[in-house]
Amino acid sequence: MPGHFEPLPGGGAAVALDDVEISIIRSLAVQLLELIGPGPAEDAPDDPLAELFAEGPSEPPTDPVLRRLFPDAYSDPRQQPATAQEAEERRASSAEFRRFTENDLRARKREDALAMIRSLDALTSAGDGGAVLKLSAEESRQWLGALNDLRLAIGSRLEIGDDDDGDLLYRLPDEDPRKPMVMAYLWLGGLQETLVSTLLT
Amino acid sequence: MGTVTAAAPIEIEKTESAEEVFAVPEPDVPWLTIVHNDPVNLMSYVTYVFQSYFGYSKDKATKLMLDVHHKGRAVVSSGTREEMERDVQAMHGYGLWATLQQDRK
Repeated sequence: MPGHFEPLPGGGAAVALDDVEISIIRSLAVQLLELIGPGPAEDAPDDPLAELFAEGPSEPPTDPVLRRLFPDAYSDPRQQPATAQEAEERRASSAEFRRFTENDLRARKREDALAMIRSLDALTSAGDGGAVLKLSAEESRQWLGALNDLRLAIGSRLEIGDDDDGDLLYRLPDEDPRKPMVMAYLWLGGLQETLVSTLLT
Repeated sequence: MGTVTAAAPIEIEKTESAEEVFAVPEPDVPWLTIVHNDPVNLMSYVTYVFQSYFGYSKDKATKLMLDVHHKGRAVVSSGTREEMERDVQAMHGYGLWATLQQDRK
């Protein structure tokens, strides 16, 4: 069924995609990879320890998409710090957390997006301008992560800040410049929703 | 218990009140992992994450997801600071918006 993942016997999932859909997902995944950026050992591929000892950044990213993908761990949005000292403690703890986790998080998101691109590139055309994508259980997990990251990225770009914003998207007029991105966002949501349901059965 | 009286006068240096301001929180007060609502993450996906990462039953995972959705937040786990940092990192890996904090007494 087009646009819907279905469970495969023995684990994994399958979806029929046409050429346009394949190229949209691929292009979005490539953009996400470029945004996440290379790993810390990219400049020293011969040094096996470079990645291991590289510390991550301590400041939150300036790009809103990256800030959503890598949020501060110690800043509760509902409870503002009571004192300047508490604010400073939260900032320092968030910075330290970031230093020791962000590289790993970026690596995971990079691997999920790469897995997505690889499985699309391995597709052989069904002859009628489409193909059936078959994912193993592990690939399904990676696709689920990548689909979620793509939706978070598009959601940040569309400035979907609360549930009402999400509802508004359904009622955008056709001439709105955000319309194509909204269509992609909703379509990816359908793919993710059906992929989750194959994993929950 | 009776009153304790000092046998001899003891010189007690008056401590600055700064010591209280910088009091270290009790180490046995647990830390909490809190997941916050966001309009992008699908309800089914959030439930899936709670089931697959924490190993919660479908009922418990669904209840926590609904708390996040309706109340804006839910405490999804508690333990030591190190354990909660691990959970928060895992939630960020899944793309959920999570923070940690020490439980208020």
